Amino acid sequence: MSALSPVPDRSLAARFSDRTGTVLRFVLVTAMTFLGLLAITFFIGRIVPIDPVVAIVGDRASQEVYDATFRQLGLDKPLITQFYLYVRDVLTGNFGMSLSTGRPVVEDLARFFPATFEMATFGIIIGVVLGVPMGVIAAANAGTWIDQVIRVLGLLGYSVPAFWMGLVGLAVFYAGLGWVAGPGRIDIFYDGITPVVTGMLTVDALLDGDVDIFLNALSHLILPSAILGFFSLAYIARMTRSFMLDQLSQEYVITARVKGVSERAVIWKHAFYPIRVQLITVIGLSYAVLLEGSVMIEIVFSWPGIGNYLTTALLSADMNAVLGATILIGTVFIVINRTSDMLYRVLDPRSR
Amino acid sequence: MSAPLLQMRNLRVTFPGPRGPVQVVKGVSFDLGRERLGIVGESGSGKSMTGRSILRLLKPPAKVETDLLRFDGMDLDQLSEKQMRAVRGARISMVMQDPKFSLNPVMTIGTQIAEALRVHEKLPRREIEARVITMLEQVRIDDPRRVVKLYPHEVSGGMGQRVMIAMMLIPQPDILIADEPTSALDVSVQAQVLDLIEAMIAKNGMGLILISHDLELVARYCDRVLVMHRGRVVEELAAGRLHEARHPYTKGLLAAVPQMDERRAILPVLDRAAEYET
Ligand SMILES: Nc1ncnc2c1ncn2[C@@H]1O[C@H](COP(=O)(O)OP(=O)(O)OP(=O)(O)O)[C@@H](O)[C@H]1O
Ligand SMILES: [Mg+2]
Repeated sequence: MSALSPVPDRSLAARFSDRTGTVLRFVLVTAMTFLGLLAITFFIGRIVPIDPVVAIVGDRASQEVYDATFRQLGLDKPLITQFYLYVRDVLTGNFGMSLSTGRPVVEDLARFFPATFEMATFGIIIGVVLGVPMGVIAAANAGTWIDQVIRVLGLLGYSVPAFWMGLVGLAVFYAGLGWVAGPGRIDIFYDGITPVVTGMLTVDALLDGDVDIFLNALSHLILPSAILGFFSLAYIARMTRSFMLDQLSQEYVITARVKGVSERAVIWKHAFYPIRVQLITVIGLSYAVLLEGSVMIEIVFSWPGIGNYLTTALLSADMNAVLGATILIGTVFIVINRTSDMLYRVLDPRSR
Repeated sequence: MSAPLLQMRNLRVTFPGPRGPVQVVKGVSFDLGRERLGIVGESGSGKSMTGRSILRLLKPPAKVETDLLRFDGMDLDQLSEKQMRAVRGARISMVMQDPKFSLNPVMTIGTQIAEALRVHEKLPRREIEARVITMLEQVRIDDPRRVVKLYPHEVSGGMGQRVMIAMMLIPQPDILIADEPTSALDVSVQAQVLDLIEAMIAKNGMGLILISHDLELVARYCDRVLVMHRGRVVEELAAGRLHEARHPYTKGLLAAVPQMDERRAILPVLDRAAEYET
């Protein structure tokens, strides 16, 4: 049989083009990406010049204790077995103990990540709600002063350092005007009252039905989220503008005008509709960056988030915590990436 | 005789260029009744700009000036943007070159056709749907109930252009501008689409402006032909009297058309050296 025979290829392609094939491939790619992430963190854990045994037993422990711990950690086994054990540990939520907090890393992550998640989610909502219309308006008025004003605002978002923005924000809106609360997630006399459900204070306060705590948490949250939102806004608005310019120069926009469609509908219905799919990718990416935890903002606002946690862990050579946080952040990236990929397929009729 | 449906006098279209403004349409005038007018000319001669100026579709930095642009007693150049929108589609409509680009890729065909009707008339949903189906039948699309649910990329070029025609004719306009409606299509369906346009125009008693670079084709489907060259109308002819053409540019165009009953080694090329002046 000829090696060039197209028949087996086509049947394979046909098998993969149907729905189950798509789903299967999707799951496979996701799993492989995740495994890749674990391979990287495992590798990093091997090459850093930190002895995991010494990190646990200290450098004055006896040789017997050292050896026992060495075996207990499985470090005497072949590398591939170690990797297998590592994957199993991660999948069962066992990231080891954190040296600096003395708690299991998983517990720490469950405590710190919701704070970042809350701030990032608020931030991205602000970024999208303002950034997308700004980009659309800039494109619809390309070349005019409106476009210029929006461009300058966006440039600020790119060039002003986060910590500076945080400090100025605090000075103006907290110390000066008193419109928002200061650093931290909640005022001291409200602290620890709300039962933890999601770990996000605003949500938990609402679930608890405590409006006062909700408002207080919100007034702590609003400034750092707005600053984060401002940074993603700059990127989102710039990308929206360029996507829109591209669409507005298309023939079908002229078709819509020929039909007598109002300019507003031409812009929002005809030109904006097709770019939703591209925007999903941009927004997903911005969201992922915010979820990584902005260290600067978290430090300025004393926000007990993942960026703060990761930085502390790094400075104290707390490898379990570093790798655990890295896996978490990596997973967030994968989830967002795969989700936007899936939405893309669902929303774009051409890729169905 | 009553005033023609559309009167255009001295249309000028100017673009800013690196070395000062460039006039790409330099004083085009014509009248149009419920008849078929062809505009021919080579690429860049200003045909599309002329067509689009009627609907006031050109945006800054393009500058459009007319001494008169009157349609059915309205001075189009004086209308507000809102009044102009009521003319677009409903009274004067336009079919463009390539359905691949001129249909919205992420809206179903049915939605797009319905929209053309909906922006001008408040009608119950059912009636709109029924009229869309009827319209698709009129442009000879089989199984319209299936087609309304399709996206533009799921239909062929010829079918896409028929969808476009359906969309542009559904609000029953008085004038249709067809800007190279078949040059992006497969040769095998070109005649079908043109025959369809011809039939629809005749049936509704509309006026047609057919823009093309193909003199023969325009002569076949139109009553009258304007020949454009470098932003000017250099000649106006009755379609049956092309051989009476006086202008050297038109003669050149005619000479370049191959004849069935002759053998020529090389088709003559338009004489670029000649500066034609009107
Ligand atoms: N945005 C623009 N800026 C500057 N010049 C332009 C612009 N758009 C069109 N032109 C010029 O206007 C002239 C007329 O263009 P038009 O599209 O009317 O030509 P046409 O006769 O329709 O040609 P074709 O057969 O290629 O469609 C061309 O020379 C073109 O280069
Ligand atoms: Mg053209």
